[in-house]
Amino acid sequence: MLEIKDLHAKIADTDTEIIKGLSLTVKAGEVAAIMGPNGSGKSTLSYILAGRDDYEVTSGDILFNGESILEMDPSERAAAGLFLAFQYPMEIPGVATMQFLKVAMNEQRKARGEEELKTPDFIKLVREAAGDLDISMDMLKRPLNVGFSGGEKKRAEILQMKLLAPQLCVLDETDSGLDIDALKIVSDGVNSLRSPDRATIVITHYQRLLDYIVPDSVHVLSKGKIVKTGDKELAKELEANGYTDIIAEAAA
Amino acid sequence: MNIQAPIKHTAAEEDLFQLCEAARGAVSGSKDASEQRDAAIEQLRAQGLPTRRIESWHYTDLRAAMKHLSAPTDSRVPAPLLAGSKVLSADTSVAGVTISPWSADKAQFAPVESDDAIGQINTALATCGSIAAVKAGQTVDVPLSIENRGAHARNVVSLGEGASATIVESVCGKDGFSSDVTLISLAEGAKATYVSTCEKGPDAVQLGQLRVVLGKDAELDVVIFNAGGKLIRREVVVLVEGEGSNLDIKGVNLIGGDSHIDVTTVLSHTVPHTVSEQLFRNISTGKGQGVFQGQIKVHQIAQKTDAQMACNTLLLSDDAGFSAKPELEIFADDVICAHGATVAELDEDHLFYLRARGITERTARALLVEAFVDEAIEEIDNEPLVEALETRIGAWLEANG
Repeated sequence: MLEIKDLHAKIADTDTEIIKGLSLTVKAGEVAAIMGPNGSGKSTLSYILAGRDDYEVTSGDILFNGESILEMDPSERAAAGLFLAFQYPMEIPGVATMQFLKVAMNEQRKARGEEELKTPDFIKLVREAAGDLDISMDMLKRPLNVGFSGGEKKRAEILQMKLLAPQLCVLDETDSGLDIDALKIVSDGVNSLRSPDRATIVITHYQRLLDYIVPDSVHVLSKGKIVKTGDKELAKELEANGYTDIIAEAAA
Repeated sequence: MNIQAPIKHTAAEEDLFQLCEAARGAVSGSKDASEQRDAAIEQLRAQGLPTRRIESWHYTDLRAAMKHLSAPTDSRVPAPLLAGSKVLSADTSVAGVTISPWSADKAQFAPVESDDAIGQINTALATCGSIAAVKAGQTVDVPLSIENRGAHARNVVSLGEGASATIVESVCGKDGFSSDVTLISLAEGAKATYVSTCEKGPDAVQLGQLRVVLGKDAELDVVIFNAGGKLIRREVVVLVEGEGSNLDIKGVNLIGGDSHIDVTTVLSHTVPHTVSEQLFRNISTGKGQGVFQGQIKVHQIAQKTDAQMACNTLLLSDDAGFSAKPELEIFADDVICAHGATVAELDEDHLFYLRARGITERTARALLVEAFVDEAIEEIDNEPLVEALETRIGAWLEANG
């Protein structure tokens, strides 16, 4: 589903290269965890996948279902089925959450040539998805993420993910700022979306999240490239021994 | 001794004096009005139009901006902002409202300050307007509408004790040079919503002034909506002279093309225990230039004044600009006064977030801009009014976004 080939990328308008020859393949149905120390390029990778223009791809390619997405803008990538759950979801005053959800769902449908959702159908979908995530309708009447607690923001991200039903979910440090109860709700939400035709990339610092969202593969990112790949046991090894040994081993 | 050479008048000033001569006849029936008019014309002749050297006109150099004066050729009345409105004209009748035909005697012409160019021009030129009084204790349920059909209108509206009404003033026509002054007074316990809308074409010059006197426990919500025009200046001058009174001003300025829109407010809190709040949201795009000057004067005896003022602007193009000048003059020591002015561009992080959810850049921008503007008016406790304004804002953004 996703194939990243020898990707090099830098911060736009500078010479600072952050991604330095990263290759990664994620198949349909797979949950891939990307772990790595601070500054290894984890969040940058998620932004590059989503199409943020603060970064410039200098070489390599990103194929999504066999087609390069490098020339696509963020909204086209989203409509094609790519979703990024933000580490820090934006607070947007004045835009009601419900209004935002409706516009987002309908813009994606429009881009795919599908009919727009009728309001009652839309409300029904939101009500169902929100209930599972313990999100009240009152919360959805508030401006998008404004005044939401850390946990509420992450739950709202998962709600968007459920409603937009993407093919590829990228979760950027979704566990940061979550207490154990919220972590469980969020993980349940992510797990409920696991399916043979959907892939998930879980970007995280800690192994803890992976107890709840059990990965099929674990990749260690260091200095802008994947230095080691393994199964879920690799995450446990990292938790026990830290990143230093593995990174040193990869460099040797 | 200070001898000043008479100033050399510009072409626009010569045009103005011609208009003044023509308008003299309109007030000939009233000795007082004639005297006020002559005095105003004399002020204009001696000083000319204000330049940026006059402090209150620093950001709007009227003399430099006005090359010629052209009389309006268009007098189309815009569609009423609120459905079911009754126009305040001598041939309408509204229960509990005394509407009089306009006359110079009823127009309350009065001596004008030396830097009050709008007062001078309007005093020299006004020949029409609405004169209305809402009776004490009367609640007027239908929205009242003031249509400034002539080039220079002067309106006088009073609300008696405990009366309440919603009044929408609209400037008619799309072109030419025109002015309006509206005097509104609220007696004890009166409540009003006053909306001023100005949607002019790209060549129009509109100089407007709202003068308010607030009595004891009176409550006034003022809504200012400016969109379009070549040069628009709207002044709001409020004398808060009744204890316990409450003034709330919300404003939206949509500035595009070559528009220059200036809103200048002067609030004088002269008694204790009064509240004022001002919130302006502005969009400046194209080559649009906006100005907000907000002056709050708190007199020494006006303890416990609570005066808040905020002016936030989004700049949507490199050539657009906005100048904001808050000014507080506080002589009392137990007051809460705050002001804040921001000028910013659309937040790229917000845009990216919306786009990452599949919302196209164009829609995402529109959503953010509209949300920013709507925040100024969504708290207004009058749903039809909020909806009507949102519709006009949406239409303007669609045409200018």
